Amino acid sequence: MFKVASLLMTPAAKYLMLAFAILFPLVAANEYQVYVMATAFVWAIAVYGLNIITGFCGQLNLAHGGFFAIGAYTLGLLTADYGWSFWPAFLGALVMTAVLGFLVGIVSLRLKEHYFAIFTLCVGFIIYLLIDKWEELTHGAIGVRDIAAPYGFGLVDFTDTTPFYYLVLAFLVLAIWFMGRLSKSLLGRTFIAIRNGDELAQSLGINLMRNKVLAFVLSTTYAGLAGALYAGMVRFIGPEEANINHTFDMITYLLVGGIGTIMGPLLGTVGIVWITQSLQFLEEYRMIIFGPLLVLLVIFFPRGITGSFLTWMHRKSQALAPTKKRQEKKVNTAQNREAESNA
Amino acid sequence: MSLFLQQIVNGLTLGSIYGLVALGLTLVYGILHIPNFAHGALYMVGAFMSYFFMVDLGAHYWIAMAGSAAVVAVLAILCERLVFHPLRHSPPIHDKIAAIGILLFLEAVVQMFWGSDFRRMSSPFTGIMNFDGLIIPEQRLLIIAGAFVLVVALQLFLRKTMTGATIIAMAQSWDGAFLVGIDANRVAMMTFAISGMLAAFAATLYAPINLVYPAMGHLVIMKAFVIIILGGMGSVPGAIAGGMIIGFAEALGGFYISTSYKDIIAFGLLVLILSVRPQGLFAKGAH
Repeated sequence: MFKVASLLMTPAAKYLMLAFAILFPLVAANEYQVYVMATAFVWAIAVYGLNIITGFCGQLNLAHGGFFAIGAYTLGLLTADYGWSFWPAFLGALVMTAVLGFLVGIVSLRLKEHYFAIFTLCVGFIIYLLIDKWEELTHGAIGVRDIAAPYGFGLVDFTDTTPFYYLVLAFLVLAIWFMGRLSKSLLGRTFIAIRNGDELAQSLGINLMRNKVLAFVLSTTYAGLAGALYAGMVRFIGPEEANINHTFDMITYLLVGGIGTIMGPLLGTVGIVWITQSLQFLEEYRMIIFGPLLVLLVIFFPRGITGSFLTWMHRKSQALAPTKKRQEKKVNTAQNREAESNA
Repeated sequence: MSLFLQQIVNGLTLGSIYGLVALGLTLVYGILHIPNFAHGALYMVGAFMSYFFMVDLGAHYWIAMAGSAAVVAVLAILCERLVFHPLRHSPPIHDKIAAIGILLFLEAVVQMFWGSDFRRMSSPFTGIMNFDGLIIPEQRLLIIAGAFVLVVALQLFLRKTMTGATIIAMAQSWDGAFLVGIDANRVAMMTFAISGMLAAFAATLYAPINLVYPAMGHLVIMKAFVIIILGGMGSVPGAIAGGMIIGFAEALGGFYISTSYKDIIAFGLLVLILSVRPQGLFAKGAH
């Protein structure tokens, strides 16, 4: 069991997952499944953003869904109302969410813990209300139609589901790669230090405000990226994209997958999206299951699938270590300790 | 002038409701340091319970209110026992996420039984009082009077009874409370029960001049959070003062500035105040 499980820790497992993702449209039963998978990937990108600020930096950001909507609306309005083509508007969406993230960050991150969570909850709601009421700009409840699809430079047609799926996959791989690099870098460790203790981090000479704002801007840019892709895929958006429930959904994905881990957001999002899909009749009442699930998870498995798995691997390898060669043990525990500290 | 007075009455009404909801929230925060995101769901369940007792069982308004308060109190105790108590040693982020879980669950359950339609709840107090041109519906007077009575009763309970004193003692210092032999579990359950009852009372008072629907708690709870941040988390007078500030800001802002943006006023005010004073209006220390 342990040996099989430890295979999952090898780099080969990553490439296997990637290969499966690339082959997925070929083995999928119909186009709809590809579409669902692409949606799951879009959400996963946003959840990676939430993972940076909440998982690594320890600040519960409840405005994340709002920034997703800002990304979607920036792209939608620029292409539908102002005649931009997709890719410039796409960049515009990233810049917009980064700038707004910076502005919200420098105000909200002066607050700690509960105050930050409540403040961002309010920010999320302001975003929703503005989108819903500012009809001159956002069309209000009618929503935005005629959003441009990504321009394929004459090579591919992104209005088809499968090419779009690969586009999303490419961005997802990029997002995960960046996340992996971040978690190993000094910056990522700085974020973790802030999560583990504000005051201790500060006494180590970490500039709290600058690092927290950086984490926040990174996370909102991820959300904006996901939102822009979403708008390009669905090509019709409304104020409901900013609904606070989307933020709650993303927290569920993050928590189920494993908060503060590298693969957690992907596993949690894809897993839950497919479970919800296969239980279509639950759509409206899914929270009857997910609400208590969220509570049970934080009580019994606060580290989610990935975190619990890593902890279990760590314990197992500790138990087996004496029978193995010394060198191997060293490498193993060093790796696992890193994994655990990330978890 | 009478238009202005009319807005004052509206502000008082809104402020009373917000104050009651914020009181429950601030009590729980003062004792357990949990920002109970599920409090809005308790408020919503309170409204639906009153609706159920009145419309489906044909109970009188007052009986429905008492029944709803009892049900929500039990529900709040269950939340404390089953969710927050096991999490008392967890990092603060877990409490918040668990509270969100409760919120989502309660909303989904209510939606399953009653659907997401907007419902109207009547009250026996439909008359209108005319004070020399100033027109006040009876229900609004009832809200203001009800909130006043509840706040006074709560103050008397906290200050004059032994049980109330244990709640204050816990809010002041956990260690000190343990040293004199206060049972933390009992106090926690009681605080949740009181906070749930206040939410149910507020919902039942407000429902007749508003609508009853599963998402009705969202705005109210967020405003209640704004209020307790303004008033200082855990502070009882702060919750009442903050409730009145938000109530008046909304009534006057909705009338003189813009009706469609009146819900933003509370949040805009919060953003503005916290940008200048990150520790809130009345709080002394930094957070």
